[in-house]
Parts: sequence; structure tokens; C-alpha cells
Amino acid sequence: MTEIKFTLNGKKQILNTDPNRRLLDVIREDFQLTGPKEGCGEGECGACAVLLNGQIVNSCSVPLANVDGQDIVTIEGFSSTKQYHVIKEAFAKAGGVQCGFCTPGMIIATQSLLSENPHPDDYEIKIGLSGNLCRCTGYNLIIKAVKTASKDGDGLW
Amino acid sequence: MKDISKSINKVDNDEKISGSAKYIADFVMDGMLYAMTKRSTISKGEIVKIDYPQLPDGYYIINHKDVQGKNVIKVIFEDWPVFTDKKISYLYEPIMLVIGPDKNILTQLLDSIQITYKEETPLFDWTDSVIDYHFDKGKGNRIFDQADKVIEHTYHTGYQEQAYIEPQGFIGYPEGDKTTLIGSIQCPYYVKNAVKQAIGEKDENVRVIQSTVGGAFGGKEEYPSLIGCQLAVAVKKIKKPIKLIFEREEDMSVTTKRHPSKTVFKAAIKDRKIIGLKAHVSIDAGATIGLSGVVLSRALLAVSGAYTVDHLDVSGNVFRTNTVPNGAFRGFGAPQMFFAVDMFVEHVAKELNQDPLEFRKKMLVKQGDRTSTNGLFRDPVLMPEMIEKAIKESNYLKKIEDYSKKGNYKGIGMSLFYHGCGFTGSGEKDVIKAKVKLKKDKNKKVYILVAAVDMGQGVKTTFRKLISHMLDIDIKDVIYHNPDTDFVPDSGPTVASRTMMIVGGLLARAAKEMKKRWNEEEFIVMKEYEQPDYIEYDEKHFIGDAYPAYSWGVNIVEVEVDPVTYQVDLKKAWSVYDAGKAIDERVVLGQADGGLAQGLGYGYLEVMNHKNGKIMQKNMTDYIIPTAMDLCDMDTFLFDNPYAYGPYGAKGVGELTLIGGAPAIAKAIENAIGKNVFKIPVTPEYIMELINHD
Ligand code: FES
Ligand code: FES
Repeated sequence: MTEIKFTLNGKKQILNTDPNRRLLDVIREDFQLTGPKEGCGEGECGACAVLLNGQIVNSCSVPLANVDGQDIVTIEGFSSTKQYHVIKEAFAKAGGVQCGFCTPGMIIATQSLLSENPHPDDYEIKIGLSGNLCRCTGYNLIIKAVKTASKDGDGLW
Repeated sequence: MKDISKSINKVDNDEKISGSAKYIADFVMDGMLYAMTKRSTISKGEIVKIDYPQLPDGYYIINHKDVQGKNVIKVIFEDWPVFTDKKISYLYEPIMLVIGPDKNILTQLLDSIQITYKEETPLFDWTDSVIDYHFDKGKGNRIFDQADKVIEHTYHTGYQEQAYIEPQGFIGYPEGDKTTLIGSIQCPYYVKNAVKQAIGEKDENVRVIQSTVGGAFGGKEEYPSLIGCQLAVAVKKIKKPIKLIFEREEDMSVTTKRHPSKTVFKAAIKDRKIIGLKAHVSIDAGATIGLSGVVLSRALLAVSGAYTVDHLDVSGNVFRTNTVPNGAFRGFGAPQMFFAVDMFVEHVAKELNQDPLEFRKKMLVKQGDRTSTNGLFRDPVLMPEMIEKAIKESNYLKKIEDYSKKGNYKGIGMSLFYHGCGFTGSGEKDVIKAKVKLKKDKNKKVYILVAAVDMGQGVKTTFRKLISHMLDIDIKDVIYHNPDTDFVPDSGPTVASRTMMIVGGLLARAAKEMKKRWNEEEFIVMKEYEQPDYIEYDEKHFIGDAYPAYSWGVNIVEVEVDPVTYQVDLKKAWSVYDAGKAIDERVVLGQADGGLAQGLGYGYLEVMNHKNGKIMQKNMTDYIIPTAMDLCDMDTFLFDNPYAYGPYGAKGVGELTLIGGAPAIAKAIENAIGKNVFKIPVTPEYIMELINHD
């Protein structure tokens, strides 16, 4: 048992728990935030993605110890932002959502990408999304959604 | 009236984008226990002895002795035990569930169960034939007497894993006398009927509810019946909520996959034309037969591809081996056959020194032609126009000419294909007998009551849209909840590209009646499947109309092969489809992209194999599915060709879009390297072999 402090969706948290636990489990089990999903459990699919200090990480591959003192935002926290609404509309309009299992992770990846590079070209979008697997869409319409978001949300990032 | 194809936003976008949609792993119940599976460590043999550890309080073991009904899963061919009693027929065969509150303790318990086996030599060769089909069309084999030349080639396809991003899972719990399951499933009534048989319960004592499904692609067609039964047996005995969720590694090593296949083709040639074909297809069922016979049928029926050949001699075998059971996967036998036949016809054209495109165009199915089983292609076939469109959009003619010049490692390929919509043969009429209900309540809300699930393909949206259009009411007043067998009739499984055409067709009929009776305050309309009367099919002899309708497709794919590493770089893909009529264009375009991505992956990227019965790819790191970096721009064009019995003319779309990917990319690679391709996936290793093998 170790004391770990971090910010989760804007709120300070202190946990006394095993520092080796996966961040994904802590988020889902201790905080009942089930937006981040477990698709592979080994850092390959991006379904569990969250923002760590504003950048995408796969929470299944992060031991809790690593987030001590850091800032974590899940899809639940991110969904109250202006950027989220732009991205959401863009995904809906483009048809980038099918089964939806990869979607929260894709949204997080989009935010992470646009915050670093507000006007990515196709190739940069593909690189930005390459850590997130989607088996339903073939990515075509997701890429379109990211482009739309970058355009519609011009100035937000 | 508005064109129904005009896209609307999907109704479940908000919950899915915000992460609030509940998938099975997201459910938690009070006092919930977890289940884990103890599996065999050998591929063939018998269990001699099991040594159990002392179970801590609150922990349970559930095995074949707890199965109160029949210890076999109800699928088409019943040879799959819920838990094996002692015979082991594949590696990681489930033997028992270990159940309790703490997953760490469960893992320790699993490790400390000692099983002693008497091992036998497992069979991996394709020698144990369990199904043997044969049919002829026209003169059959006798046509070869008239041939002035015979061309023969053999084609191989590998495993393919559905790789839905959400692994399999269920939660089971007791509700009084009832055993209830919530799960990530395609077919609520398959699970319900299987569970009834396994726990020996009456109809009203089994309830199955679908959770939001994170992808399925056939992988959640019959497999969930197995784990659903295991869990139901446990719930009935322990009487507590129990959750069973697979981890990726477990999912990939034990769940059903696409059947590997081998197809031997012979063409009877006369005057530089194909006058007859002889084909033999072998597929590997793995350790249980399950759906394999139906998969083989679908492959055999497509034997002449998008072409009409008057004389056919068609046969096939299902082989049982001591490997993981294979099963349903989008396309269901058709992807294997369309790869083989579309490559073969191309190869024959080349060997006859004919232009492959012209050669194929001359052989194309036309309206009124006979199918492989002497059924009729009744409806208009738009393939010539569709091919023209694809050629124009892709600049195919110019490119194929340029790329055929040696040494530029660029290539372009075109596949032509169809998909028979709905169940094969008399399945709809004799086995499924779909029923749907539409209910209107006092507040003028209309409820869609069907067992068809939304697994990402957008049924929630398209069914509601269909009904709102037909009744001319707001889509918000049309309600569709995830199917729950306590409330919805059995409209059949969500498979075989039947959902919109068959279930949607029934709903449309119900809506028509509802519209007439709209003034009644509260009522239910029920409709049951009626086979179009022109359909007749003799399943045993393969004679007649195997499908009521066909959807058609053209894929063109352009690639570049790295001359040093032989890595294949996808440049662009163009597709043209006739799926009757799109109920929502964007939904169909989404299916088109996703299906093609899976078909392309099948063709060049997705390697899966077993070594001594063990699947060598155990996770997403080893089993490569396309990422955003691998895929390319995909342009899709839809041709309207309304089918009389589909709602607004809709036919099947889900599977169609996967089928042409593999032959198109294989041909593009063939074009790039100047060598014929005979197997998929076309990996860099295989390309190297082809290039070095002059
Ligand atoms: S679950 Fe974390 S990357 Fe797949
Ligand atoms: S929408 Fe299903 S995995 Fe992406």
C-alpha cells in the first residue's frame, strides 16, 4: 500500500493502494469511470486511452505509481470541454462511430493530436491515430472526422 | 417523399462518443463473482485424474457434472460439449470454471488444479472428413471430354481472426427461478435456446439480454452460446451474479476463426473459352463441426464467382482436426471461394493469352442466367455499368497498362463478386421462421420488437429510420431497445446479411399494416416470414434457388510493393456496390470501408497459424490488423437496384463489402510483381518466394 496523489478529471484524489495496479483498473473500478475500455490489456489497441498531462497514454500500460502528482483526464472529464463538442459533432457528422468500443480512445487521440498540431494533414492524422485500433470503420471516416474537427474547431487548439 | 437513403446522424452516437454506452465489462452487480476457465494443456487425449486444491470459502468449481440438461451446445451440428467430461480434442478446451470474488485468488486456484492426461497423437492433417458434398450443373465432369485443354490450379487461404476490439463476455444472474444472461452477442435466441438445452429449463426460465456490442463480425454468432451455457450452469447452481470476461489472449487462442481452405480448380477450355469448371474445396473445421457444413455450402455455391459457367462439377469436404474450432466470420465461406475463383479465372485468361478484363466481362452473370445450382438470377445485374464506373474512377485501364510494364513494382487489381443475401437454402423458412412485432402505445410511440442486435452496423438507427419513414412519424417516437428475449420475439440471428432485408422487410410489412390501423389507440402487429413463392431449394442435392437475392460488388485496389523489403503499400481503393437500396447512405458507406478493410487485411496482412494445435498469434501485437497507417483512401459508389421484397428495395450489405478485398489486393500485388499469386495472405515472405522462384 502506498499513498498516491493525482488529479482525475479536475479533482484531486488521494488513494491508498497497491502502486502496481494498472491505471485502467483504478479508473474503472475505484472511480466507476467506464469510458476507457480494455481491448487488449497490453498497450496495443488504444481503447483504454486517457490524457496524462494533456497527452494520450494507454492506461492499461501505466502503473498507478507513475501518475503520482500528475493530471489525468478520461473521456468523462474531457466531455465537458468545448473541444469535445467539436470533435463529437465531427465524428457524428462523418459517420466515424460504429460499434463504439474504440471511440472514446479515438476521441482522446484526436484531442491529443489537435492540441499538438491543430491543422494536421492526412499523413499526420494517420500517425496520430496509429496507436488506436478500430476493426469496424477502416479509419476512413474517422480520418475525415478529425479533419472536420480541425476545421470546425479552428482556434480552439 | 424524402429519399430514405439520405443520411441522418446515428442515434447512438452520443452515448458511444461520450463513453457512457454500457458494454458487458462495464456492468457491475452487487455480490458479483468472477469466473475463469481451466483449460486443457494437450490437443488430444483423455483426462485421467484431476487434483483439486482446497477451495477457500465462497469459491466454486463448475464442470460437466453440474450440467443438468444436455452437455452439448445447440448449434447446427451438435458436437460441442459445454464442458468436456474427459475427452480432449483441442488445446485449451474448457474443462471447468473456477468462480469466486477475487480474481487474484482465482488465478492461483487455476494454477493449482492438477490435471493428469493420457495423451494421444493429435491429428492436424486434413484426412478426417466429416462432411462430403457434391453437385453438378449441366454436364458436370463430362464436359471435360469436349475440352481441347485443361488448366488446373490450387488456392489456399489462411485463418482469419474477427479481432473485434471488445473481447467476449457475459454476466449471468438469477431472477427467481429464472437464469438471466447479459452478453456481448449477435444472436440472443441462439444463446437462449442453447442455455435451455444445457440447463434443462423451460422457456420462461431463461432470459438473454444483449449489451452494447463492441464488434462481432460473426465471432459472436455461435461462440457466445458456449460460454453462455457454461455461465448459466454456474449461475443456476451458485445462485449469484457471475461475470465472465475474456482477456485478449484467451479470446484469441480459444474463440472460433475463419476456416482455412484449399481449393483445387480445373477449367475445361475449348476455343480459348472456359466451357466447364471442376472444383474441390477443403476446409478445416477444427475440433468440432458446428457451422462448418453451412460455411462449406456457401463456398461451394459461389464456385463460379460473378461468372456464369454452364457445366460444373463441384465438391467439398469438411475436415476435423485437433485444433481450435472454426466458425462464423463475415462472409461465411464466400471470401475463401471468391479469392480462389476470381484468381483462377484471371490466371486462366492470362494462360490463354487473353485480356483478363475482357475475358471476365464476357463471362459475367446476366439477368436470367442460371446459378451454380440451377436457380435463377432473377433481378437485373448491373455489373457492366458498375465495372465501367470503377474503371473510370480509378483510371484502371491506363494504370494496368503502365504497371504491367516490368519493374516498377506498382500494381492495380480488380475483383468482381456477389453475396447471396440471407440464410442459405430453406434456412429462413424451415429453421429460422422469423417473427417480428411492432407495437403502438397510447402516446403514439412505436416499439420495434425484434431480436436483431446493433453490433456497430447501425441497426438501431436504420430500423428506427425505416419505421419512422414508413409511418411518417418522428424518429424520436420510434423506440428500439437492445433485445431482451423476455420482450422480443425470435426474429432470428443477426447474421448472413439478413437483418435489413429479412427482418427489416418484415418490419416494413408490419408498418404498412400499422399505418392502416393508425387510428386504433394501442395495438401490436406481428409478422412472420413468408418465403417468396418462387424460391425452391433442395438442400440435399443442391438444386434450385439458394438465395432470394444477390448483392453485387466491384473492388479496385492499387498498391506499391517495396522492391527491397517486399512490404505492400496500399495506395487507394475504389468500390462500387449494388446492395439494392441504402436505408442510410452513410451507414452503408461505413460498412463498405470497414468490410473492405477486413477483406484487405485478410488478403495481405493478417497472418494466423497454428503450431501443433497452438495458435501462434496470441494478442494484437502478434496478430496484425490494419492500423490507420496501413489503410488507404477508399472511395465508394452505390448503385440503386431495388429488390422487390426488401424494405425500400434493400438487400444485404454487411458481408458483401468484405468479400472482394482479398482477390483485389492479391491481383494488384500480382500485377506489381509480375507473378501469379495462389495464396493469402500475400506476405512479404510469400512475395519473396514468388520472385525468387523463377
Ligand atoms: S487496452 Fe490498453 S491499449 Fe488495449
Ligand atoms: S467502431 Fe468498432 S472498433 Fe472502432
